[in-house]
Amino acid sequence: MSIRTEQMTLNMGPQHPSTHGVFRLVLTIEGETIVKAEPVIGYLHRGSEKLAENLLYTQFIPYTDRLDYLNAMTNNYIYCAGVEELLDWEIPERAEYLRVLVMELNRIASHLVWWGTFLLDIGALSPFLYAFRDRDLILDRLNEISGARMTFNYVRIGGVKWDAPDGWIEKVQETVKEVRENIHEYDRLVTGNEIFQARTIGVGKITQEDAINWGLSGPIARGSGLKFDLRKEEPYSIYDRFDFDVPTFQEGDVYARYKTRIAEMHESLKIIEQACADIPDGEYIHKKGKRIMMIKPKPGEVYKRCEASKGEIGVYIVSDGKTQPYRVKLRRPSFVNVQILQDYLVGEPIANLVAIFGSLDIVLGEVDA
Amino acid sequence: MTEEYLELVSARINNIAGHDSAVEEAKLNFGKPMVTISTENWTQDTARMLHDDPELKFNFLSCLTGIDYEEHMEVVYNLYSIPHNQYLYVKVKTPRDNPEVQSVQPVWKTADWLERETYDLLGISFPGHRNLKRILLEDDWEGHPLRKDYVTDKKAMGLD
Amino acid sequence: MELLMMVVYAVTVLMLLLGAVTYSILFERKVIGYMQVRHGPNRHGPFGMLQTIADVSKLLMKEDVIPKAADRPIFILAPVVAFVPAFAIFATIAWSENIYAADLNIGVLYFIGISSITTLGVIMGGWSSNNKYSLMGAMRGVAQVISYEIPLVLSIVGVVILAGTLNFREIVLYQETIGLWLIIPQFLAFLVYMIAAIAELNRSPFDLPEAESELVSGYHTEYSGFRFAFFMLAEYTYALAISALATTLFLGGWLGPAFLPGIVWFLLKMCGFMFIWFWLRATLPRARVDHLMGFGWKVLIPLALLNIVVTAVIKVWMGW
Repeated sequence: MSIRTEQMTLNMGPQHPSTHGVFRLVLTIEGETIVKAEPVIGYLHRGSEKLAENLLYTQFIPYTDRLDYLNAMTNNYIYCAGVEELLDWEIPERAEYLRVLVMELNRIASHLVWWGTFLLDIGALSPFLYAFRDRDLILDRLNEISGARMTFNYVRIGGVKWDAPDGWIEKVQETVKEVRENIHEYDRLVTGNEIFQARTIGVGKITQEDAINWGLSGPIARGSGLKFDLRKEEPYSIYDRFDFDVPTFQEGDVYARYKTRIAEMHESLKIIEQACADIPDGEYIHKKGKRIMMIKPKPGEVYKRCEASKGEIGVYIVSDGKTQPYRVKLRRPSFVNVQILQDYLVGEPIANLVAIFGSLDIVLGEVDA
Repeated sequence: MTEEYLELVSARINNIAGHDSAVEEAKLNFGKPMVTISTENWTQDTARMLHDDPELKFNFLSCLTGIDYEEHMEVVYNLYSIPHNQYLYVKVKTPRDNPEVQSVQPVWKTADWLERETYDLLGISFPGHRNLKRILLEDDWEGHPLRKDYVTDKKAMGLD
Repeated sequence: MELLMMVVYAVTVLMLLLGAVTYSILFERKVIGYMQVRHGPNRHGPFGMLQTIADVSKLLMKEDVIPKAADRPIFILAPVVAFVPAFAIFATIAWSENIYAADLNIGVLYFIGISSITTLGVIMGGWSSNNKYSLMGAMRGVAQVISYEIPLVLSIVGVVILAGTLNFREIVLYQETIGLWLIIPQFLAFLVYMIAAIAELNRSPFDLPEAESELVSGYHTEYSGFRFAFFMLAEYTYALAISALATTLFLGGWLGPAFLPGIVWFLLKMCGFMFIWFWLRATLPRARVDHLMGFGWKVLIPLALLNIVVTAVIKVWMGW
């Protein structure tokens, strides 16, 4: 005689410890196995794209901070880069170096938050605090240069808001050394752990074709064997001047994504070191950008994308020649990446759900825009 | 090189549509090929061709945008070919009173939520989508905020 | 008269136990705090000595919330059912040569039998809450505790074979006679016991029944206020009991150099065990439920059985 079983609906979120904000998953489960998963988003929707249509070009920059608030520098950058392309401005070299420095520092900070929270999901408590210790070192540097810890509003159209304060570059070099040392320590603490490996190896496999078809980008795609990094493939800003690798792993599982991100932090540290060594003197912003608030790009439209810590972030700007953008579309990597959950959770136990979900590294501010 | 691509893409699209006027406009936008077609000529076969054709292989749908131009609406597909390192903007025009664009969700899975978002915020419907419903706003929301004639009800939102 | 003595002893132990639980919670938070490059509680009293007391007072003063759809009598009973057996097993523990309550000649059996009842509290709490997370937590908890009780008991059998008794005092006295703590001849049993004990106590890395990243808070999701405090109390009491058992069986109970009284040695050894559990909690990620079951049935039980066979063979042939 078989036991009569019943499927049940489990509402995971919007308030749940491992949904990292207000994300909701409506799960149909049989025992602990997921039969159907339906992500529900929008709890944090603020209508950023609509707001952009009623703001001056420069006024929208602070709103981009609030998309992926863990990696705000890149958001600032991609929006400004989009507008600059419409304006056809030449950006001073020092400004580009400063942008690269803050973007890479921010990338490490973002990956560290991911590292900590991902392991918290897996059930290890300490990594979270270690990660935040180092993240704070980096945030201190970003605070010194931009005046804010998370919502920087530092990258501006035509350059950056301020030049680096005296001695900042040396401080960054110190920080790089310290962070590198600590990342090695983290690696020793977690990566080889048997329980950790048992929970991540072979879990949540994504093949390379699927990754491309789902539009996955960033560490997730690279963890599936796709050697694709916009910093390398179509160098924006001044990324073609630096020597760094694109870490790629073939397995496509949670563990591969984990290793990709750890390796990426080291590559970012390399870039920062090179940028610190090479940074020239000069202007930090285009002379028009310093003075003019009312920017009027020529009518036209452009799509611009770059590599954020979560994946490919893009912006589609349509200008009608006025001081406000006609339409701004933001391609948010978290939004695109998280949609795979509906297909990839089916058949997995609940314990794997948190591992797979955590390995995607999403920020709800970005998913909901 | 890019111009050749533009011609190649236009020829292929016209070929699928069966007549020469499917591509209404083909130009370079900031150095990248951009083709404009109208919604009748945008079919799943066209999308499939762009995805599969060995010379094109636009296997990565980077972004999908809807724009309200007041006299008509447009859906813009930002395609990228990883093997050939090529970009393509595909603009699909659709009338404003009954905006409808063939869904490409079966071809590029990326389009799943991006089309839902466009439907949600602009009210463009995508026949052929597996689960077309609102995504960012509540299911009972009235109107589509990114349309230019959308009136924000400040009172209902508690802003007034 | 004898009854009065018993009651006095029980009340004393209960009071001491409350104090011990209070400070083991503080100890845990301090240990984990320092391991995580922070200080842990340090606001209430010197070194945060009063922190747990403040926490408990807060819990006691909270509104008593019982969910509307809960099964009231069972919901109310569950924390009690979880706590009482955890406390009752302290009766047989011999703190030193002459401090003990019941010199039961089947002490080990009593300990294991009574402690299993705690599981009932878990499933009652999880079921009666009428919450899906609680239910899943309770199911996991029951499956886990029952699976790991087997290797736990089997690992103790080795000790019992060697000592030839089920009485806790006599087990310690046996260790005194042979001049060797049983952790050395029974090292395999000790390992199995330690791992099984962690699972039995639902402590990290095997804290699946209350895995907060998956099940919010497991079987006690719906509990708050003093009922929640009761569950916590039961958990820590049981942890203390299990470490007391380990001390008795493997580390020679109250035995130790004479410059400290026996009971102090006993308590120090218990603290050592507690420390190991806290250390593991600060270091390891959580195992997955199916891995845990597989490990219990496929690795720990065979190992424990092997240990029994080897011990029996040695006992018979070598005449220990």
